[in-house]
Amino acid sequence: MIVGKKIFFLMTLVVFSMPVWGQNGNQPVQMADTMRSNGRIFVVVAVMLTILIGLVLYIVRLDRKISKLEKEFK
Amino acid sequence: MTDEKNYMHKSWWKIASVLLLIYTFICGLLLDVPHLPALQETIRNLYFHVCMWFCMMILFIVSVINSIRYLRSFDLKYDIYARQYATVGIVFGILGYATGAIWMSYTWADPNNPAFQSFSAVAREPKLIGAAIALLIYFAYLILRDSITDMDKRARVSAVYNIFAFAMLFPTIWIVPRLLPSLHPGGQSGNPALDTRDIDGRMRLVFYPAVIGWTLLGVWITTLKIRLNILKEKKMMQ
Repeated sequence: MIVGKKIFFLMTLVVFSMPVWGQNGNQPVQMADTMRSNGRIFVVVAVMLTILIGLVLYIVRLDRKISKLEKEFK
Repeated sequence: MTDEKNYMHKSWWKIASVLLLIYTFICGLLLDVPHLPALQETIRNLYFHVCMWFCMMILFIVSVINSIRYLRSFDLKYDIYARQYATVGIVFGILGYATGAIWMSYTWADPNNPAFQSFSAVAREPKLIGAAIALLIYFAYLILRDSITDMDKRARVSAVYNIFAFAMLFPTIWIVPRLLPSLHPGGQSGNPALDTRDIDGRMRLVFYPAVIGWTLLGVWITTLKIRLNILKEKKMMQ
């Protein structure tokens, strides 16, 4: 239980420190700063990760189906 | 292979592939990159566009190795391996081409960029022409292999052709584009993906894992196709 509490405490700290990540100073060359100032780049990351995970789950399903078929053939 | 209750055939490298890709997507978009004129944030395409070509190259190498193994052993299994690795390699090549087209239209053919005014300057790119030729040669491999009905003949002819196709990869995508002036990085001087003037250590930190992750994904898809085809062959034998 104590270990669980410790991990829970640590995770809350990590979660609360998240808004501080990725806050760098101003840069001379203009990059996608407007995107960043709104913090909306994270939206893009989330969308891309969703697509990636969706595709991976699909491949995993295919993999399992083929494994089943292989078992039936043996 | 040995464990009984495995739902997913030999899965540790599949998990590694997924983890590396998640790392690529997160760090590739959020970490800082060198600030270069014209490229700006599009330099992040290195983790996606360039990796497609790396993956294609590795899959084609595996394909040609399997063709040679077939010619040494005349085991039809290797013929299926070679064919499927080539197919998935082509898929990655097409993806590399498509992503390159998008990237190019916002960096080379930028209307605000007077150096690259005309479309003909872009269309004359040796790298584009070379890559197109290489892919067409591989299309011909698939057509050749699938148009022969006799199994042994098909395997033998296509294995030999695959070796020629692989040999043509080198002049078309590695040698000729580097001899000619090019807008693509790596023409006449430097390296298309690893030039230290373009990318630095921070980018390598994401780039190499990205290459491994994408390649493993390609291999994963290929193994699925191979297993399906072997099942199909078994069914035909019965």
